[in-house]
Amino acid sequence: MTDDPGTQGIPAPEGEANLIDTDYQIGQDNISAQIGPFGLDIHNPVFLISGITIVAFVFLTLAFQQSVEPVFNALRNWLTGTFDWFFLLAGNIFVLLCLVLIVSPWGAVRIGGKEATPDYSYSGWFAMLFAAGMGIGLMFYGVAEPISHFGTAMGGVSVEDGVRTDWAPLGGAAGNAEEARRLGMAATIFHWGLHPWAIYAIVALALALFSYNKGLPLTIRSIFYPIFGERVWGWTGHVIDVLAVFATLFGLATSLGFGAEQANAGLEYLFGLPVSDGSKVILILAITAVALGSVVAGLDAGVKRLSEINMVLAALLLLFVIVVGPTLAIVTGFGANLAAYAEHLPALSNPFGREDANFAQGWTSFYWAWWISWSPFVGMFIARVSRGRTVREFIVCVLLIPSLVSVLWMTAFGGTAISQIVNDGLTTVQDAPLELKLFEMLGALPLTSITSFLGIVLVIVFFVTSSDSGSLVIDTITAGGKVDAPLPQRVFWCVFEGLVAIALLLGGGLGALQAMAVSTGFPFTIVLLLACWAIVKGLASEPR
Amino acid sequence: MFERIMIPVDLAHVSQLGKALEAAADLAIHYRIPVTYVGVTAAVPGAVAHNPAEYAQRLDAFARSEAAAHGHEVTSRAYLSHDPTTDLDATLLRAVDETGADLVVMASHIPNIADHLWPSNGGTIATHSQASVFIVR
Repeated sequence: MTDDPGTQGIPAPEGEANLIDTDYQIGQDNISAQIGPFGLDIHNPVFLISGITIVAFVFLTLAFQQSVEPVFNALRNWLTGTFDWFFLLAGNIFVLLCLVLIVSPWGAVRIGGKEATPDYSYSGWFAMLFAAGMGIGLMFYGVAEPISHFGTAMGGVSVEDGVRTDWAPLGGAAGNAEEARRLGMAATIFHWGLHPWAIYAIVALALALFSYNKGLPLTIRSIFYPIFGERVWGWTGHVIDVLAVFATLFGLATSLGFGAEQANAGLEYLFGLPVSDGSKVILILAITAVALGSVVAGLDAGVKRLSEINMVLAALLLLFVIVVGPTLAIVTGFGANLAAYAEHLPALSNPFGREDANFAQGWTSFYWAWWISWSPFVGMFIARVSRGRTVREFIVCVLLIPSLVSVLWMTAFGGTAISQIVNDGLTTVQDAPLELKLFEMLGALPLTSITSFLGIVLVIVFFVTSSDSGSLVIDTITAGGKVDAPLPQRVFWCVFEGLVAIALLLGGGLGALQAMAVSTGFPFTIVLLLACWAIVKGLASEPR
Repeated sequence: MFERIMIPVDLAHVSQLGKALEAAADLAIHYRIPVTYVGVTAAVPGAVAHNPAEYAQRLDAFARSEAAAHGHEVTSRAYLSHDPTTDLDATLLRAVDETGADLVVMASHIPNIADHLWPSNGGTIATHSQASVFIVR
């Protein structure tokens, strides 16, 4: 009757599967409706609660800006200050679990079933996960952070009333430029290396495992199935998913708002474009419009293609800095910085009895909360594009390779900037505001106008690739894990994100809501620790 | 007149395809030609199946049930898409070529203003496919 089993269009059979036996049907809680000419397929109540709460928070923040901002800032500072040991300890657990998974027999488990084949080539896959993960941060902090740690380390330790008041990592390196450079680079790499990528890897692996191998919907709540069982489809799960939408949208919108301010400053530096609300709004609209084009074009034609363009541009800029900058210092610095990172890693990651409280709480703990608050978005996006990889391959490519790329990037950009200070006596980079440090560093190299323009393009495109992948993730969560929801829904979230950014930019409150988004890092740290347990339990029942 | 009919099937909304399915079966019996039922799925678990292989099995079972109901010859093909929301048209156009169908029967909605922004799937297939396309409202 049929000419084959009906699978010609599908690249490979999935092989042996070990699905979780649940009565829940994906989409069973969804509302399918027609609003005017547009069809909707949204999860009830995650979509409505997320949308209404986000609007309410924006209005309340705008209305009570003066009183709300200190509250959210205090909340963030209290969490990252009081629970610094918790964030650091959790970060170490994530890294250790990832490393154990690489060498354990569970590393052979394939995401998507024993015979699943990868959906994407290495280049496309890596470009997407890197662009969504931390691309934009590297543009701003690649120069700024090494210089900051180098400066505070050079300043050494200062104590008042028995309390350290300096921001130097560990014990600093007072007056010792070479050691300050090593410590500064080690501290920077610590914040951009194994730990952040382990955070993303844990969320992504848990989601990929429970979705592709266990058959649960691709939403954050699925990670909790081993803990809550069928209750995860009720209000427990609704709260988890709403929180994930909340953290993702506010994280993206506030970053977009701040990013517009930074891009505006860069454009003023380069082309004299005046810094004004009008310019910033135009920038947000432009970024949102390109992101909109990307989400409408889809995962392959939009998001993947833009991510690949992004990677090529970033690689060109990196190559330029390596070739035109202090080439020998960068090449030898890569190994030296890796060695410095390995040497200082145990002390930098120590959660208890830290004397460098300002650094451990103000930098590391804040960073961990920041990465963790982004992890539902980045992790879910990585999960979606990682089917067909073995767990070992997945961890190596999500943890080790991006960490090495971060080391190279920081070595080239941060190392060049430090070299300009130490060897050339230039202080322009050190004195420049955060958003201009990259351009000041490039300004001391040849072909400034070209490289700075490339830098601005990269900043903007990195925002687009975060915005479009974030919109896809929010759309999937608010559609109950369905990835084939009607197109207008993802358009709605992309536009909504831009509008929230504009409202907060014009009305104030970017800082407040970003502080609140970072504060979600605390509950999500608990989520991630539970995810570790769920991963182990899930992998233990997988055919290898 | 025709050699093979292709009919795109959304297994999650089969109840909305009644007229198109009926028309395809009638044409198949009239011209004594086979019908290929084509479905597009994502790798992510969905409303219809947990994975692409299970989706393909369900599509095949659906095709067999149509054959049992109408008595025509059937085949089925499941296609995997990374993003079915945006890639459906391209996947269906590829399916027309790969199945060798020279007549596509497909259900579509009554045109509305949204079609100016995002053309209907049926409209896009009719515009770009070399096969004859029978749109069933």
